[in-house]
Amino acid sequence: MSVNPLVCVKRVVDSSGEVVLTEDGQGVDGRYAGFTMSAHEECAVELAVQVAAAGNGSATVMTLGDADAVEQLRAALAVGCTAATHVVADSQAFGPADVAREIAAVVRDHEAAGTPHELVLLGNDAADSGDFQVGIRLAYELGWPVVNGVSTVSVADGEVTASGAGADGHETYRLPLPAVVTILEGGVEPRYPTVPGRMKAKKARVEEREPGVAPTGASRLRLVLPPPTPSSVEILGEGPSAAPAVVDLFERLGVLAR
Amino acid sequence: MILVLVEVSLTGEAVENSLEAITFARDLAAAGGGIPIDAVVVGVPGDDVVKALAEHGVRRVHALTGPAYDAYSGAAWAAGLMAVREKTGSVVVMASGTPRGMEVLAHVGARTALPMAANVVSFSSLSPFTVTRQVVGGQAREEMQLSQRPALFTIAGHAVQAAPADAPGTGELVEETPDVADADLVARVVSSEEPEPDLSGSLKSARVVVGAGRGAGSADGFGEILELADLLDASVGVSRVVTSLGWRPHHEQVGQTGSRISPDLYIPCGISGAIQHWAGCSSAKNILAINTDPDAPMVTKATHAVIGDLHEVLPAINEEIRRRRG
Repeated sequence: MSVNPLVCVKRVVDSSGEVVLTEDGQGVDGRYAGFTMSAHEECAVELAVQVAAAGNGSATVMTLGDADAVEQLRAALAVGCTAATHVVADSQAFGPADVAREIAAVVRDHEAAGTPHELVLLGNDAADSGDFQVGIRLAYELGWPVVNGVSTVSVADGEVTASGAGADGHETYRLPLPAVVTILEGGVEPRYPTVPGRMKAKKARVEEREPGVAPTGASRLRLVLPPPTPSSVEILGEGPSAAPAVVDLFERLGVLAR
Repeated sequence: MILVLVEVSLTGEAVENSLEAITFARDLAAAGGGIPIDAVVVGVPGDDVVKALAEHGVRRVHALTGPAYDAYSGAAWAAGLMAVREKTGSVVVMASGTPRGMEVLAHVGARTALPMAANVVSFSSLSPFTVTRQVVGGQAREEMQLSQRPALFTIAGHAVQAAPADAPGTGELVEETPDVADADLVARVVSSEEPEPDLSGSLKSARVVVGAGRGAGSADGFGEILELADLLDASVGVSRVVTSLGWRPHHEQVGQTGSRISPDLYIPCGISGAIQHWAGCSSAKNILAINTDPDAPMVTKATHAVIGDLHEVLPAINEEIRRRRG
């Protein structure tokens, strides 16, 4: 039996840059933002590709997002996913329960079309909405078990083994497929795309579909930015030449004496 | 009634994030005219835990017991939490924003088809119940309405400081053995390795902490950082990404899901200063940031800064310290 994982990714703002909100406060203004896929999801993609390779299957990537989100699908196609599904919609209008329902619909439709996914991988949490729950809600939609917040995944003999750092040390789960697993970065090194990989990704067909049901939303009233805090930092210098000023500071604070 | 999921560490203490959640619950309880607060713990807690919870204002401590709770399963914990919620008729079910707190509350959200708000930092209104939570990596906040009952949410780590209540609770211990379906035990921890010893005590009480983030570059990039820590008799504290990538042990993590520190001097090197990290270090009296990016939040929030690569700046500082000591 081959193993054909589905991995879910989200186009998110690069939160290391400055964040500007839309006028209605319902989302981040994309005109001023860089976009990316979160580190958790990059690792989920890598794990999906590894699981597919070990299981003689193929990895499918999916996203729910606007037309530009195809960029994140192609990034996953460039590193080894072989099929892609794009639910074209404004992700900011979709709450976590809405997204889980749309992913479940893709899983069911693919199974009906003869390409079942025994394993669905997601990131532990989205870098923008930070809801920490889509994977778990998806599992309940499908009636499957879910393992949350692990960093390694492997499949053998119809069972998935997943492990990661837990509250009581490094924890391992083992359970029969099908299953949902959400990933934290750190367990694998995502591969870089090769030039042939990029070429292939550019040409790959992406299955486009519309959302199945109208979203109920995220119970969001509005987004707000925290008030800017005036900076009072004293710059002691640049590079190694700042060392004497730094050690002067240590002396003033009385942290140098032994 | 407000129901709070409390986590107990392997060493048998209520974790700080859980006590913070109870402290938050007290404000909510007071705003609601004195709603009682009950806690749910997994396994029978030691006397110290019950005492600490009572001191923080907990009326009853519901202990989930039975074979379903021998090993961790998010679904089984959620089943137990919901059983207690039904028995007590709680209008709020909350947890701390730890990995387990998030996971269990998400299960409760899915089982009840109710919204769950992650990483709440404050509430602004009871009717309709409106909370503010961290989004976009802490760069923005979202006001969210939780109009249905029970309201489900988690508290961002160190959003409030844990403090005992003026009026302690009775802390009555009640054992609960809820029915847990087999399906809730499928995704269950089957083995766990000996955890690393919790050595965070010295970090929390350190007078000087040298911090390191992604800028360290690799597990091998900590030479100068450890050397500076040694020269200053300081503890080492790191950002979450450093422990996620396995570069340093978890007990060194500073931030929402790590320790909260309050040293005289904190020296974050190559740490951008995301809100999750800031939550753990904002009580430092002086902060000397060493970073290549003059616009990094850690630099703008610091008292002092050096702009430059830590791998170039730290050797010079270490050398200068040795030179002055002769």
